Amino acid sequence: MIFQVIWFVLWAVLWTVYFMLDGFDLGVGMLQLFVAKNEDERRLMLNTIGPVWDGNEVWLITAGGATFAAFPATYALMFSYLYSALLIILFSLIVRGVAIEFRTKVASSTWINVWNALMFAGSFIPALLLGVAFGNIFHGLPMDANGYHGSILTLLNPYGLLSGLLFVVLFIEHGSLWLSKKINGSLKERIIDIANKNWLLLVALIVIFLIYTGFYTHLYQNYSVHPWLIIIPVLAGITVVMLRFSTSKSVNRSFYLSCVTIVLIMATVLTGLYPNLIPSSIQSSYNLTIFNSSSSEYTLKIMTIVAIIFVPIVIIYQSWTYRIFKTATTIEDTKQNKDVY
Amino acid sequence: MDVIMLSRLQFAVTAMFHFIFVPLTLGLSVLLAYMETLYVITNNELYLRMTKFWGKLFIINFVLGVVTGITMEFQFGMNWAGYSKYVGDIFGAPLAIEATVAFFLESTFIGLWIFGWNKISKKAHALAMWLVAFGTNLSAFWIIIANAWMQHPVGYAIKNGRAEMTNFWAVVSNNVGMTEFLHTIFAGYVVASFFVMGVSAYHLLKNNEEQLFKTSFKIAATFSLISALMVFFAGDFQASEVAEDQPTKFAAMESVWTTEKPAPYYLLIVPDERNEKNTIQTLKIPGMLSMLAFHNFNAEVKGLKAFPKSDRPPVLPNFISFRLMVGLGMLFILLSFLAFILIRVDMPGLTRIFLKIMLYAIPLPYIANFLGWTLAEVGRQPWIVYGVLKTSDAISNSVSYSQVLASFISFTVVYGVLAIVDIYLLTKYAKQVPSSPMQEY
Repeated sequence: MIFQVIWFVLWAVLWTVYFMLDGFDLGVGMLQLFVAKNEDERRLMLNTIGPVWDGNEVWLITAGGATFAAFPATYALMFSYLYSALLIILFSLIVRGVAIEFRTKVASSTWINVWNALMFAGSFIPALLLGVAFGNIFHGLPMDANGYHGSILTLLNPYGLLSGLLFVVLFIEHGSLWLSKKINGSLKERIIDIANKNWLLLVALIVIFLIYTGFYTHLYQNYSVHPWLIIIPVLAGITVVMLRFSTSKSVNRSFYLSCVTIVLIMATVLTGLYPNLIPSSIQSSYNLTIFNSSSSEYTLKIMTIVAIIFVPIVIIYQSWTYRIFKTATTIEDTKQNKDVY
Repeated sequence: MDVIMLSRLQFAVTAMFHFIFVPLTLGLSVLLAYMETLYVITNNELYLRMTKFWGKLFIINFVLGVVTGITMEFQFGMNWAGYSKYVGDIFGAPLAIEATVAFFLESTFIGLWIFGWNKISKKAHALAMWLVAFGTNLSAFWIIIANAWMQHPVGYAIKNGRAEMTNFWAVVSNNVGMTEFLHTIFAGYVVASFFVMGVSAYHLLKNNEEQLFKTSFKIAATFSLISALMVFFAGDFQASEVAEDQPTKFAAMESVWTTEKPAPYYLLIVPDERNEKNTIQTLKIPGMLSMLAFHNFNAEVKGLKAFPKSDRPPVLPNFISFRLMVGLGMLFILLSFLAFILIRVDMPGLTRIFLKIMLYAIPLPYIANFLGWTLAEVGRQPWIVYGVLKTSDAISNSVSYSQVLASFISFTVVYGVLAIVDIYLLTKYAKQVPSSPMQEY
């Protein structure tokens, strides 16, 4: 039983790290279309995520793989129930990856503009739909012994859409803080301005989300049983407030705060979800929990060993590459370097 | 066509498409790492320019391998929920391990490699490509361990209404996995070598940068010769394993209908599937099939009629894939051998003809790879896990025919467009002369 709990935590960590890392990639992918005034600025923006987006995306693949290995029944039902939504996320992520790599491979403005638009779509749609998917998971899916009784339209309910919007705005905030940390010049000031304006929207959405969650999901049940857990959302609230008033001097701190915010928001909702992975909105006896959908203890033990050894190694070398690219760049740097996008 | 067939078709299309990019990545990463190491050791600019030229092509190819790989991991749950639930306890583990130990490695270090030219030392930069090469090949290992378990399930027990893992080591050290892994990675190395030789041939025929492309050709020719031979030896082992573990696949690929002891090999066979016989079978070599199957001239080889019809795979696709693949494999050994010799001798006329052949030979190893996977997967039918779970019991019950039809059409369209873009870009960059100033944005 302890291994199911361990894997719930690991599952939560993998998703959280994915959102914390690819979150800013998706944010940059959305921002580039509207913020960059010309292709030089756009290149500057996209090159900040160029060296890292691919490694960041692997956290999603690992989260998927871990769901398969540790909770195969949840993996099977979640992926087949959310078939159409996942398909759209898949296509968007494919387009995003191809767009960033192929964008500048042909010197034609039509070619570049098409990929810029696709880069936006490939970033906006996954952010929105991953939010919609998680919102629906928090609420529960209409499923019972006979299977799933919904469609992609069932997913697009107000709460799901609100969660989707929250993800989009959160990633825009995260992406703009990342950018303001990674670039120098006039673009930086404009982006900090966006971050500060977007913050208002973010706070408004978080407040609505928290209220709506109380009416529409059972996420607060664990908090009423263990009131001390309220420390997590309280801390999340504090970090969100501290994100306010980012200036060009505080961008480093703001970006790390934004990382912590994402971690605490995920911790808040996933603590509420425990021990469910997908609740049933029809009847709680059909909930998919970490106990009724897990792999055998033997498999969980093996996977725990693998995770304990390799996840820290991954964190070490990924942090190392982040350090190599830690210096902020300017338009002039990008113009000189022929190897970048 | 029913939802099972449609789901199979979608999986085949997405897997085949993914596997356009994977074999080149497997081999070209190793070649690139080798070239860059030569640069680090000799400090000769030629190797640096060589690395950069092939590196551009590598990156275009790599990204499509990455993004189409996500589809593969999602699809098990999306379309094959029955399978994922029943065998997830075993099958999920190698997949998750693949992501954890291999995907992170290749994806993180390819970013460092592309963007790190002036940020890290020469040695560290070459090491980054070695890590990419190691990561890709390691990822091939884990996914093939997963596939090998479907071909030859080991280390499990049926418990709690599903297959549960009882011995992780047995799953990892599955003998079928070892030979399948070697066969697959060396087949990838052949793809990459033929790619490098073909593109180099194009430039040599045009007299572009002779030194750079001649050296590239030489490196690839050696790599190709070793790899093509390894593919052959591993394949020989695999055939005996198939005869042992998957007798129905063996009988289908050789079109054997009746059990014989000893079993002869016919050089020419025309199968007649409906009447369960071969219309033509001639040029007999006595006992040869027994020899190929069990390395023993007197061994018994089971015919398809020894199995109920419901347990047999289709004959024609397996029979054709197998024979064509073996034929191509032999051809690769021959061509690699000639390449190895001819690039070293000075016979301009002959060399020109040969270079032309090598240019047009680029697609052949890709085709051989497809044929091999067709045999591996269609030959396993009607089982999804041989002897344990039928493909018809593996699909997602909650996914409707129209959903799969829609996704199948979207995959075909999106992948079709991506294929066109990819081929366009690869051709454009392959034709570019490295010394000419690139028009870059």
